[in-house]
Amino acid sequence: MRLAEAWRVALDALRANRLRSVLTMLGVVIGVAAVVALVAIGTGTKQQIEQQVEGLGSNLLIVVPGRLEAGSAPSVSTLSLDDVEAVGRVVGDPGRVAVTVASGETVRAGSRSTFASIQGVLETTPTVFVRRLDRGGYLTRSDVSTARRVAVLGAGVATRLFGDRDPIGRQITIGGVRFRVIGTFERLGQSLGVDRDGEVHIPVTAAQRLLGTDRIDALAIRAPDRERIDVLGRDIVAVLGERHPDSDFSAVTQEQILGVLGDILGVLTGVLAAIAGISLLVGGVGVSNIMLVSVRERTREIGLRKAVGARPRDIGLQFLLEAVLLTTIGGVIGMALGISAALLVDRLSPVPAAVTWWSLALAFGVSALVGIAFGVVPAQRAGRLDPVVALRTE
Amino acid sequence: MSGTPAIVAVDVTRTYQLDGVSVAALRGVSLTVPEGDYLAIVGTSGSGKSTLMHLLGGLDRPTGGTLLIGGRDVATLSPPEMARLRNETIGFVFQSFHLLARTTARDNVALPLVYRGIGRRERRARAAEMLERVGLAHRMDHRPNQMSGGEQQRVAIARALVTTPAVLLADEPTGNLDSTTGQAVLALLESLHAEGVAVVLVTHDREVAARAGRQIVMRDGLIVDPAPDGGEGAA
Repeated sequence: MRLAEAWRVALDALRANRLRSVLTMLGVVIGVAAVVALVAIGTGTKQQIEQQVEGLGSNLLIVVPGRLEAGSAPSVSTLSLDDVEAVGRVVGDPGRVAVTVASGETVRAGSRSTFASIQGVLETTPTVFVRRLDRGGYLTRSDVSTARRVAVLGAGVATRLFGDRDPIGRQITIGGVRFRVIGTFERLGQSLGVDRDGEVHIPVTAAQRLLGTDRIDALAIRAPDRERIDVLGRDIVAVLGERHPDSDFSAVTQEQILGVLGDILGVLTGVLAAIAGISLLVGGVGVSNIMLVSVRERTREIGLRKAVGARPRDIGLQFLLEAVLLTTIGGVIGMALGISAALLVDRLSPVPAAVTWWSLALAFGVSALVGIAFGVVPAQRAGRLDPVVALRTE
Repeated sequence: MSGTPAIVAVDVTRTYQLDGVSVAALRGVSLTVPEGDYLAIVGTSGSGKSTLMHLLGGLDRPTGGTLLIGGRDVATLSPPEMARLRNETIGFVFQSFHLLARTTARDNVALPLVYRGIGRRERRARAAEMLERVGLAHRMDHRPNQMSGGEQQRVAIARALVTTPAVLLADEPTGNLDSTTGQAVLALLESLHAEGVAVVLVTHDREVAARAGRQIVMRDGLIVDPAPDGGEGAA
């Protein structure tokens, strides 16, 4: 029997039992749609986070206290502003060094209040990180050196405290201390459900006074060139180690952060796809089941076809193609559904989704494979039927 | 091939294993179906005539003896080769017609040609020719449920003929038909025999069998008439 003929026969058989075919396909449709949509969400999230990390700035080196190793306990920072000067000398340009001392505080303006991440920073922050202002200006060197109580608000904080009013020049209180708003940041949006517009930047000196500490949490350096970034990291860690013999420090680059995040999200995407894959497998079992029913129902037809000259493999091929048609048609419908779902999620929710070609190819390939894997047993059973017995079946 | 018998069976036995018990359905049958023969195999239910028909049609293999179909020893053939042999040598006509329900008369008739790898256009042309030959040119695109029993059986005969087989094996072809329609179907088979096709009729109906050129009577897995000793080629 020619292959084209076998396809036609298989398609006819599916058409003859339209409702049953559709219901059988449904399992595969749902499985493939779930795989495509979940992989799209995983991929979209990964891309978004990568963009955000890259969007922080280029050639970034983050220095934190403690060892960045699995199982090591978080360390209490021993870094102080004196260390910043030393690091600045290593880098060769103090303007490339930013610091942060952070704390969550309640911020009030008149009767409104909100919870914000207070970041004590140097005036160098905008040259190290990419942070664009919406209104007003940023902190200045004299703001820092005099511990002036001025603040730059994240877009979310500004909106929650002032609504549509211009916050520049207005008073706010942070932990009960008065500050004057001198600028607002451009809106950044969310990342992994974290509001990135909830920051308030104040001079690090003012922050230390507010929090009653002379520590800083971390340093960030914008390396002058990409090639020397690892060397620079080692030099800085060495200098800090000399100044604090009892403490460990670690320097991580953007690439390392991206690598770790990429690994985590890759695993997450894989797990999601695997869970969705299970439903595809269940769909495959449904196909197998229906094919066995179909073989039983059409035993007489199989007997007749054999009597007029169908070889075992002709019959087997007919049923195998039927199973493959079920799963591939289901796969294509599932792909369309999965793409639609991903686009809807991307448009209507804060969760990003990006449909990739490899996930579509994989979903289609897997659905065809499921058809073959779960169609083989019924097809073999059909092919091996004894024509005499098959013809006698009522 | 002229002169070669279509089917030769020499001391053929067929034993079934049913739950470990051997049941002999055929206990040594010898039979020759020459080209252009018109043979009726008669017997009651359980006489072994259906088993014999399955063997003669290449649907089953003997457990003993030698069976040649179209000059080929079925013991040496693989299942695919048996399928090909059936396709090329045998035309089956069944009591219950065995037409594909969702398929038109023309495509039902064309079915055996599918397994010969013949293209759709030629299949349909040959099928149309066969349907004309059995007087159903006006029923080409009808489905079995739109046709009478007699018409369905004529479609089945057209299907059996479309491969120009050496032997037409008809198993109780009139069993599901009223007597008038049955007579018409028999008349059709006889006209085909007159055109040179060997016809083997399996029936329990003595009247039907009487129309054949010759008869063999089976009982308990053996040919009892003509008596094996005086008959053809007993082993």
